[in-house]
Amino acid sequence: MKQRLEALRVEALEQLQGVADAASLNDLRVQYLGKKGQLTEILRGMGALSAEERPVIGQVGNEVRAAIEAVIAEKQEGFDRAATAHRLQAETIDVTLPGKEVGTGSVHPLNKVAQEIEDIFIGMGYTIAEGPEVETDYFNFEALNLPKNHPARDMQDSFYITDEILLRTHTSPVQIRTMKAMNGKTPVKVICPGKVYRRDDDDATHSFMFHQIEGLVIGPNIRMSDLKGTLLQFVQEMYGPQMQIRLRPSFFPFTEPSAEVDVTCAQCGGSGCRMCKHTGWIEILGCGMVHPKVLEHGGYDPNEVTGFAFGMGVERIALLKYDIDDIRHFYGNDTKFLNQFAKM
Amino acid sequence: MNISYRWLSDYIDLSGIDAQQLAEMMTRGGIEIDSVPSRNAGVSGVVVGYVTSREKHPDADKLSVCKVDVGTGEELQIVCGAANIGADMKVPVAMVGAKLPGGLDIKRAKLRGVESQGMICSARELGINDKLLPKEQQEGILVLPSDTEIGRDILDVLALNDSILELDLTPNRSDCLSMLGVAYEVAALTGRPLELPEPEKDIHPASDVTSDHVRVGITADEFCSLYTARYIKGVKIAPAPQWIQNRLIAAGVRPINNIVDITNYVMLEYGQPLHAFDAAKVAGGKVDVRLAREGETLVTLDGQERKLEPQMLVIADAEKAIALAGVMGGLNSEVSEETTEILLESAKFDGGTVRRTSRQLGLRSEASARFEKEVDAGRVRSALDRAAGLIARYAGGHVTEGIAEAEVSSPATVQVELSLDRVNGMLGTELSSLEVKTILSRLQFPAEAKGDGAWLVTVPSRRGDISRDVDLVEEVARLHGYDEIPTTLIEGPTTAGKLTKSQEIRRELRQILTGAGVHEAVCYSVTSEKRTGLFGELSGEAKPIPLAMPMSEERSVLRTTLLPSLIEAAAYNLTRKNNDIALFEIGNVYHTDEEALTRLPQEKPRLSLLLSGNRRTASWNRTAEAVDFYDAKGYLEKAFERLGLAGRISYFAAQPEGFHPGRTASIGIHTERGTETIGYVGQLHPDVQREFDLPDTYVAEIELAPIYEYADRRIEYRTLPRYPAIERDIAVVVERNVTGGALTAAIEASAGELLESVKVFDVYMGDRIASDKKSIAIALVYRHAERTLTDEEVIETHNRVLTQLEQSFGAELRK
Repeated sequence: MKQRLEALRVEALEQLQGVADAASLNDLRVQYLGKKGQLTEILRGMGALSAEERPVIGQVGNEVRAAIEAVIAEKQEGFDRAATAHRLQAETIDVTLPGKEVGTGSVHPLNKVAQEIEDIFIGMGYTIAEGPEVETDYFNFEALNLPKNHPARDMQDSFYITDEILLRTHTSPVQIRTMKAMNGKTPVKVICPGKVYRRDDDDATHSFMFHQIEGLVIGPNIRMSDLKGTLLQFVQEMYGPQMQIRLRPSFFPFTEPSAEVDVTCAQCGGSGCRMCKHTGWIEILGCGMVHPKVLEHGGYDPNEVTGFAFGMGVERIALLKYDIDDIRHFYGNDTKFLNQFAKM
Repeated sequence: MNISYRWLSDYIDLSGIDAQQLAEMMTRGGIEIDSVPSRNAGVSGVVVGYVTSREKHPDADKLSVCKVDVGTGEELQIVCGAANIGADMKVPVAMVGAKLPGGLDIKRAKLRGVESQGMICSARELGINDKLLPKEQQEGILVLPSDTEIGRDILDVLALNDSILELDLTPNRSDCLSMLGVAYEVAALTGRPLELPEPEKDIHPASDVTSDHVRVGITADEFCSLYTARYIKGVKIAPAPQWIQNRLIAAGVRPINNIVDITNYVMLEYGQPLHAFDAAKVAGGKVDVRLAREGETLVTLDGQERKLEPQMLVIADAEKAIALAGVMGGLNSEVSEETTEILLESAKFDGGTVRRTSRQLGLRSEASARFEKEVDAGRVRSALDRAAGLIARYAGGHVTEGIAEAEVSSPATVQVELSLDRVNGMLGTELSSLEVKTILSRLQFPAEAKGDGAWLVTVPSRRGDISRDVDLVEEVARLHGYDEIPTTLIEGPTTAGKLTKSQEIRRELRQILTGAGVHEAVCYSVTSEKRTGLFGELSGEAKPIPLAMPMSEERSVLRTTLLPSLIEAAAYNLTRKNNDIALFEIGNVYHTDEEALTRLPQEKPRLSLLLSGNRRTASWNRTAEAVDFYDAKGYLEKAFERLGLAGRISYFAAQPEGFHPGRTASIGIHTERGTETIGYVGQLHPDVQREFDLPDTYVAEIELAPIYEYADRRIEYRTLPRYPAIERDIAVVVERNVTGGALTAAIEASAGELLESVKVFDVYMGDRIASDKKSIAIALVYRHAERTLTDEEVIETHNRVLTQLEQSFGAELRK
């Protein structure tokens, strides 16, 4: 019986050696180790053995089973690995094809720039004030020290609705509204973004409707040097720490002293290029110390408080920032244009 | 104003400061210089020649052969093609080796076989803008005055060795609309002394007095504070001296004759416009400043007949208007070749009146530009005397004794108190008393010390822009230099910067929609009345507000709805071949119930949304999918959910104007006031789509004020469910007009607390059910927060739901 077992081992291992696929392997497993397999068949004869022989033969039987099982397991693992490799091969895709499109929208470049400016000033402790686009002559002109016969008040230049009501020509009336709402309290620190309207013919650099952002600070001891410091900080946060500003005397009816502010040309870094007309500077905003008459209209005593104000055109900042050639693109809403501003 | 650098040097020593440096200095000081063109456009080697003889070219009809003396002792032979060339003329001669503008080099040449040793030049060939030349000099070669020195460099003769400073003046600095004003400014900037012209008197005085010839008066005394005149006899009209013509051309003014040129010259020098009348044409020896009469007309010097309005100011003689005060003279009193007696006017007319008249007539002149900004009353008489002196000297006149004048009021002296504390407090500087005093004296502002560090400053009449201490602070700041002002940070309590709730929500809406693939648009606030009336319900009772003077019909009223502009944007995109469009806009509409505004309209912030074309484009692995109603609604639902409003919003089938009647919902918000409609979402009506050439397009417009008010950004955390849910799907067959919303609402109402969620997951209409029916499949989820549900509970609740659906909608459970 022992010999038969040993012979079975030799035969089985030989057969297993030549097995080619998982199905044949299973057949052999059934043939040798199955309930009706050859090993079971041989061991069934154990009942006829003596009590001394039985454990010895049982031992041999177990060894033969273990040997066959080990080879089967080894073979099986090999076939499994091959099957997996085959499946992975079959599942291979072309990873260079495009992914499934997920729509991307974009904040309008004018609002994108405005939000950026707003955020810088929010970081500096400002709040955002808004006012009506349809304004009274008083808030738009009178209270801002533009007397009745001032050329800017001509019907030709502004969109009047009635003699006393017009589309605001600047965001400055929000200064007056803010001052009145503050009721004499200080400090006032606001910026005022919004749409404004002037009776201009549209061309590459003019639009009858455009956007401004205005800033106003009022306190007991606000100085022109604070205005310079504020604008320098703004410009450096907006365009980078290497940026400088330059103030030139100018004129606005609602500020005195007044200044135009130039900033280092971002395109050339100040060395001079087409964009800055070879001056190294780009004019970006107007500013000044709030005119005493404006403070009075806002309910403040110009002997008690001083203030500064500044204003900039959002379109101009956006045109310069993105080097856009025509202001009218902002209002065409061509999705090919808008899509270019989808980046964060 | 164009300033000749050479002319300016008459009044102030500019040595060591070239035109470019001066321009930079002035710009940094507040007088912006646009550009500094050279008057020499590239001329060299051109001298004055005398044509000794002219003969016809033997072989060319239009050419002349000239012998020209250029002072070298040897006559040149030059072939010339100009028709006006003749012997005994002084002309500019470009000699061999000369250079002309445009890179032209003059060489020895043969013209049709005849040798030519140079070229006789026209003004244009010398780079002079011929619009600025007297008419007779615009054609052919430039003929120079007969007393011009032979051989002299033409650059000297025509004063072309000069640069022009082109001033871009701010409206407050009209004092710099004059050479003297600019000279004062440059003196202040440089600290150099001024040499001002003294009006010459007593040149050829006449023996009679002015009042024998003319009397002046001001009837319209509100609009003219001072009118002065001089009378000059025996003038001879001729070209003005070359140097005056050169300076006028440099300043951009065309020379005409000696009288007109001198009045213009003095206007440029003093900033005071003058006018010369032919005294023989002034009737009655009387001049009055009055308002125009009803129906009165005047032919102005440009030959145009002007219809005058009663608020226009005129100069009139005893019979008629002879000039539009401050704007332009009348043809009926024009100085001509025959004129011998001159009435010379210098006055101060009201700026606003001149401006309105000039605007109304579309007639702007150098004079009106100056009067508009208020001339310096202090120079009215001195400019008159200066011009009279020049006329006597260069036009041979005799000036009668005395000025005829009428004065309504003389200007008050302006005195302003200024303190060192105010200067430094306002600027953040640490200027000393001496520094401020020095700046004031450079400006030539007399300042009387008032104790320590304070002054009483007398403002000269030429600086009408200065009336308060802050104006002087600016003068100090700009002359000290804006660059010298330090950079500081605001002192005082810190403030917290933040957005208001509505500002934050507006940004959140942008975030939500752009994140979901929609582009933000910004459209014009004005449109046409027709366009803004497209969607009646969205405008409500609002009447479109018309602009008083619109620039076009398309932009004539304030919009009462946002959608028409977004639809126009979509149509524009389609013409640009952008077929898949997803746009939104956040903007205001303008509502009023008034026919004519007497108070400000309501500005209502709104959101509009537009989808057209494909939601997604076809790709290698999937087909294109067109947008539909549920895309538009989905964006809104997402937004409402993010803003904590989902529970307050309901949609109801609606048929507003401009929308597809079967594919539109009104959007209701539930508040303590009940349910209010805040907008619509739906497909555009096919008629509207056709009008704009759009394919199926889905839109929405909603009011943002209630969104801002009710948005609830609080997050209420609820513990995660610990007990299992039981899911039940049902499919019910109902009449086609029964809505999914009604079914889910009924389920929510009848299921009670155990219902966790309810959602429609399929809608079927087709062969397998009756043709007038539809099948709606709904997923219900039941759950109890504190325990596992029993089968009995769920069955009982579920049966209640089914019974309710059957009773309310005749719903049959589909098996």
